Amino acid sequence: MYNKTITEQGKDLRAGKYSSVELTQTYLDRIKKHAGLNCFITVTEEFALKSAQAADKLLTTGNASLLTGIPVAQKDIFCTQGIKTSCGSKMLDNFSAPYNATVIENFNQSGAVMLGKLNMDEFAMGSSNETSFYGAVQNPWDTKTVPGGSSGGSASAVAARLTSAATGTDTGGSIRQPASLCGITGLKPTYGRVSRYGMIAFASSLDQGGPMAKSAEDAAILMQTMAGFDPKDSTSVDQAVPDYSADLNTPLAGLKIGIPKEFFSEDLNSDIASTIETAINEYKKMGAEIKQVSLPNMKLAIPAYYVIASAECSANLSRFDGVRYGYRCDNPGDLNDLYTRSRGEAFGQEVKRRILMGTYALSAGYYDAYYIKAQKVRRLISEDFTRALSEVDVLMGPVSPTTAFEQGAKTGDPIEMYLADIYTIAINLAGLPAMSIPAGFVEHKPVGLQIIGNYFTESRLLNIAHQYQQVTDWHQQTPKGFE
Amino acid sequence: MSLTTDEVKQIAHLARLGIDEKDIDTYASDLSNMLKLMTQMGETNTDTIQPMAHPMDQAQRLRSDITEEINQREHFQSIAPQVEAGLYLVPKVLD
Amino acid sequence: MEWETVIGLEIHAQLATKSKIFSAASTAYGAEPNTQACAVDLGLPGVLPVLNQEVVRMAVKFGMAIEAEIAPYSVFARKNYFYPDLPKGYQISQMDHPIVGIGHLDIEVDGKTKRIGITRAHLEEDAGKSLHEDFHGLTGIDLNRAGTPLLEIVSEPDMRSAAEAVAYMRKIHELVRYLEICDGNMQEGSFRCDANVSVRPKGQAEYGTRAELKNINSFKFVEKAILIEVERQIDLIESGDSVVQETRLYDSDKNETRSMRSKEEANDYRYFPDPDLLPVEITDELRAQVKADLPELPTAKKQRFKEQYDQDDETATILSSSRQLADFYETVVKLSNCDSKLCSNWVTGNFLGALNKANLNIKQSPIYADRLAGLLRRIADNTISGKIAKQVFDSMWESDATADEIIDQQGLKQITDTGAIEAIIDKIIADNPDQVAQYLSGKDKVFGFFVGQAMKATQGKINPGEVNKMLKDKLK
Repeated sequence: MYNKTITEQGKDLRAGKYSSVELTQTYLDRIKKHAGLNCFITVTEEFALKSAQAADKLLTTGNASLLTGIPVAQKDIFCTQGIKTSCGSKMLDNFSAPYNATVIENFNQSGAVMLGKLNMDEFAMGSSNETSFYGAVQNPWDTKTVPGGSSGGSASAVAARLTSAATGTDTGGSIRQPASLCGITGLKPTYGRVSRYGMIAFASSLDQGGPMAKSAEDAAILMQTMAGFDPKDSTSVDQAVPDYSADLNTPLAGLKIGIPKEFFSEDLNSDIASTIETAINEYKKMGAEIKQVSLPNMKLAIPAYYVIASAECSANLSRFDGVRYGYRCDNPGDLNDLYTRSRGEAFGQEVKRRILMGTYALSAGYYDAYYIKAQKVRRLISEDFTRALSEVDVLMGPVSPTTAFEQGAKTGDPIEMYLADIYTIAINLAGLPAMSIPAGFVEHKPVGLQIIGNYFTESRLLNIAHQYQQVTDWHQQTPKGFE
Repeated sequence: MSLTTDEVKQIAHLARLGIDEKDIDTYASDLSNMLKLMTQMGETNTDTIQPMAHPMDQAQRLRSDITEEINQREHFQSIAPQVEAGLYLVPKVLD
Repeated sequence: MEWETVIGLEIHAQLATKSKIFSAASTAYGAEPNTQACAVDLGLPGVLPVLNQEVVRMAVKFGMAIEAEIAPYSVFARKNYFYPDLPKGYQISQMDHPIVGIGHLDIEVDGKTKRIGITRAHLEEDAGKSLHEDFHGLTGIDLNRAGTPLLEIVSEPDMRSAAEAVAYMRKIHELVRYLEICDGNMQEGSFRCDANVSVRPKGQAEYGTRAELKNINSFKFVEKAILIEVERQIDLIESGDSVVQETRLYDSDKNETRSMRSKEEANDYRYFPDPDLLPVEITDELRAQVKADLPELPTAKKQRFKEQYDQDDETATILSSSRQLADFYETVVKLSNCDSKLCSNWVTGNFLGALNKANLNIKQSPIYADRLAGLLRRIADNTISGKIAKQVFDSMWESDATADEIIDQQGLKQITDTGAIEAIIDKIIADNPDQVAQYLSGKDKVFGFFVGQAMKATQGKINPGEVNKMLKDKLK
């Protein structure tokens, strides 16, 4: 039952084939069995079983939603009331959130069952899930390799079938890249589509929560619950939420796909390039037109992103000062000592590096050269996308220049790690929606296809992804040992 | 563009971030490499471009002036490192 | 050498909203510590700010009152520094794009009008409070005030004396209360100021190095702090030293300013636009709305009072010093239909005197405009004399009764029957032959004695003019 889609599990639950408690217990058992993957920071077993019981009651009354009784795991970046919310950091190891994120409230409303909180790069800063205070997460396709990051726990857990689905957040590729590396389906929505309230901020103008699931069909169901206007988030967009499942079966004849030539530079592994080309050919067969387009400023996305994200995070993480919550050093001598040691002892290296970078970029004398410059470049990049998307419906390309790499391979060189985000971060700068869907394997490791749409076209992206998943079975494959 | 260890110490102080003396050289070199990456932006002329702070070209939404929050002091302070008489305690602040 | 003082003020006016600038927690003063600090005010992980619309409206109102440019788009920025009363490690403020741009305000010093430039006014959140009572050598933090909306009003360095600085501060104080955007309560910290002070040789074009005097919360202290700081700077320069640009604190107990080195250390605030907030748009609709709601401003009102009510400058100044007082006065004039000066004499005299004595403001006054108007009508129609009116006023202060009720109850109606007056006077003359003889022998002063006796005999209910006239006739 754990291999089935949410739609199938929902049908089974309603038909009484098995109960939500049974389904939940199955996943809880798998989580224990595969604890070595290190996907979970917290397993909320008792809470999950209680919710499952409540869901089973709800299922009999007929007031159930598509997610009622479905076990879902949450990235540990979303605040969950009364439950540890660590953000992958020692800083919040003792932090039991006093309130629920809007996304969590939405899931609770839908009757979904929360299995626990998923491992992640510390404060979502990382592309390999190796910066977590709770240790690295393994990729089930090859446990020596990384699952990607920062939503590495989410991707690995979905791939290993430890949960029906999961949430992730994407600041520079943190949903799409791990989805790609773990062979699952991930959607980063349009900036402003999913509330950021209660989602611990990394870079506020880039962060966006989204679903990570086994299929586009499942992602659509999760999106239905996650998306929506939130008056508590000033950047939330007040726009009606469409029925994300309604258009899944719309035929793709006449679809115009743009292929940005910058996505196929020499940095791209040639086997991945041909895998992506094969996938695009599949779309051609379904009646899509393919067109070459260009995003001339894309090469500037990495520098611009690392200035903006670092600057925003340097301020966002100032609240962790050992005064009101979180880690506090022992016996602080004075105020400065309290700040410096609490932060110094509880933040990991990558987080410190970004805080230092951001502090420097914002400091007197450098602000214009770095921060303002990066914001100008951001506009150029955004305009590139606007231009390209006026010619075509969607853009397609790879998600990551490589497949899952070995643990430790890039930890010594932060720049090399940053370059792994080359195909994803420009999309965050522009605030566009994008997906990663499984499109094949290179040396038994999954490869993801990226589909980028115009603002608020999540329905169309899900439709395009779903149609591909009707004619391929990459998304149904499970790693050996996890079938 | 590269950062000296003194500059690293200075920004670490601005950010109230304790870093080990032995790591300072590594930070200096990492940050210098990041800066090198960032200076690539200088090659593109952006003189006539408006900075973009947000993906959405929207105006700030406004909230009605209503008080809706209730007192949750006990709840919020149950996760605080040190409180007394309803106050958060910190080492002595000198003005 | 002759020195010239140069002063610019940064005034923080707490905006009189119900809820905070970015959260729905109450701004009420005096609550138990941290009971009005919600998740947003505490800077919990994941929380986000949403802007209070009233704050925007109030800032626009102020901008219009000082004839300033109102920015069609203004931007909130983060000002980064670590301090325990600043929960997020940054203050949300405005830097490059403040909501209110260049404006001005006219002040009067020694009868002369001077225009003071206002550089800008911007919105920001207040910080919490550090309590320094001893908690085993620790400091306690109360975040109730964190997130309270402030309007920071920055002047040009246009003031040339402590007196001008005080006049400007008073004028802003009067204005924000007029606009009803700030309660102006200085004890509670709703209105406070920083003063940038420097000196330069008279005639020199460049400014001298300035010191910033922080957090002064009374008009008296502003004056004293500036005077003592100017003296310090001149002494320094004249003894061959130079002024250091720094933040200083005024100690009112010792009447001295001292350096605040702790604030000096890290002043690289790393301002950048707050990504959690979008640009604030001021629509034409909002401008029109605010403009329509804009009250008559103090200067215009004072001018109108001079013309419409024939008031001298001093009285017009007093009457227009607060919107409540001006409204009270105009209501009294309207309801009583009495001479505008009789009304102003009573409003600025007995009425304000009684309020001050009881330490009340107009809103708390036991006598409303209608009751005072009723009293003045009885003076105007000679039912009672001015002297009796004071007695009636005192009774009104202690009760809810109208002037007419009190006059009736206490039988204070003035005796107007000439026959009755004549009888009283005849009796006084008959009873006091010695005094009559003295008066007739040329001691004019004794006349007052007869008037006094007449008043005494009637408990003042007699028209003094009538008495004078009749006495003079009888004593010829």
